Amino acid sequence: MEPLLHLLNQNARYSLKELSVMTGRSEETVASQIKDYEDKGIIRGYQALIDWEKVEPSPVFALIELKVSPKKDMGFQDIANRVMQLEEVQSVYLMAGDYDLAVFVKGDTMQDVAMFVARRLSTLDSVLSTATHFVLNRYKQDGVIIDDSKEVDPRDQMVL
Amino acid sequence: MMEQEINQILARLKPSGIRKFFDIANEMEDVISLSIGEPDFQTPWHIRQAAIDAIEKGRTFYSPNAGLLALRQGISDYLKKRFALDYDPKHEIVVTVGASEALDMAIRALLNPGDEVLIVQPSFVCYEPMVEMAYATPVILNTQKENSFKLRLEELEAKFTSKTKMLVLPFPSNPSGAIMTREDLEPIVEFLKDKDILIVTDEIYAELTYNAMGHSSIAQFPQMKDKVIYINGFSKAYAMTGWRIGYACAPRRLLEPILKMHQFAIMCAPTLSQFAAIEALANGDKDIEHMRSEYDLRRRYLVERLNSMGLDCFEPEGAFYVFPDIRSSGLSSEAFCEKLLIDKHVAVVPGNAFGECGEGFIRISYSYSIKHITEALDRMEAFLKSL
Repeated sequence: MEPLLHLLNQNARYSLKELSVMTGRSEETVASQIKDYEDKGIIRGYQALIDWEKVEPSPVFALIELKVSPKKDMGFQDIANRVMQLEEVQSVYLMAGDYDLAVFVKGDTMQDVAMFVARRLSTLDSVLSTATHFVLNRYKQDGVIIDDSKEVDPRDQMVL
Repeated sequence: MMEQEINQILARLKPSGIRKFFDIANEMEDVISLSIGEPDFQTPWHIRQAAIDAIEKGRTFYSPNAGLLALRQGISDYLKKRFALDYDPKHEIVVTVGASEALDMAIRALLNPGDEVLIVQPSFVCYEPMVEMAYATPVILNTQKENSFKLRLEELEAKFTSKTKMLVLPFPSNPSGAIMTREDLEPIVEFLKDKDILIVTDEIYAELTYNAMGHSSIAQFPQMKDKVIYINGFSKAYAMTGWRIGYACAPRRLLEPILKMHQFAIMCAPTLSQFAAIEALANGDKDIEHMRSEYDLRRRYLVERLNSMGLDCFEPEGAFYVFPDIRSSGLSSEAFCEKLLIDKHVAVVPGNAFGECGEGFIRISYSYSIKHITEALDRMEAFLKSL
């Protein structure tokens, strides 16, 4: 993978200087490459990875499987457009398999999420059925293991 | 008690001088180490799977003494493709228990008491004891930072005598990260080509070089091929240290005594590890590439940070170590490491552990995550300011 994207994907807060040192490119080059990635929409944004379990009050997350009937000409795009406009919705994926859209939703309480599904998602034109799965715990997200236990280096041999 | 109950040469050999640091480090909480000399990557899964498959099929017997022919064939193909080296899998390759065993076997099988062995330093700490245990005499070739820790012809000429039997050439270098390019090797080859000498070239870090030219081996020179015992292994390139699998390649007349020795001492390298190694050679190129590019990022980061905190650091082009000059601190290597450990709980290795000419330097390993390296360097920077 392009090392610049690899590094930013690991840690978007690396300074230009650090990125320049690690990739062996000048700071100007790195800056213009980042701008280029942004312009092309390869880099879509920079977000903090938050362990929501530790935030009080901690929000509720759910995966909702949506079966829909695709529209003539539009396919799934039309329904996806409408689902992704809803602010409770975190991500929407078109899936191959038993259902069509995977919708990740964030809400304040389970009740909120359930109401959201009943009133706003299932009522959308062309939604055939929904199945709601609540997230109980997150072990790994976006490639980062969410774990507070102290990492122990498994390498016993100290030296040489 | 018998006066000489244990081997007198062994009794005389000094235990590694760095032991005491690790005794201190082990007692401490919150120690952050940059001292380990093995990859932080896990062995790639497909390689581990190959060993699991071998266990499931019950392929747990001895292999031929020289190793599975399929593995020797794989090694032969790999060396040809990767480094343009030509070794016959049937007669010129033996699979060993790590490159360390290959070194020991070559040294013990080929030396006679009183032979002089030229050892380039600073280098891996085991060469000298191995040579001594073979009743031969180590003669040290010093290298310096001014020459980027490369072996220079003048040093070789100065130490070469009528008793010189063997040269141990350890590049890319642990601990300095120095490499020998083709141009660097040329004068050495020119000097040695008509001499009666054997060259043990330890190229365990061959896959980890960071310049555009890649790795050069003295075995690539046709006029040297007949004198060279080429040693490599899977530990560093494929992150397979614990599998203990390496190999020696040499012309048949030299390989036969090495194989004989190996047969007496070891029988064969672990068969399961050999199956894993076959898979590594067949499908591991992209793993090497991935690990190398990760090491390279860390290497650049470390060198820049060390230089900017005032520790002069020549640019290492191989292995996964940097070897900064700490003389500006006014401390000896050991004093520096001990104080750094006690004051800031950071463990690095004093350069003199790798030979006297390593005095004034420390070895820092970058087989750690950037996050880990950053934390250790922040502490080192604070340490330097406190001096």
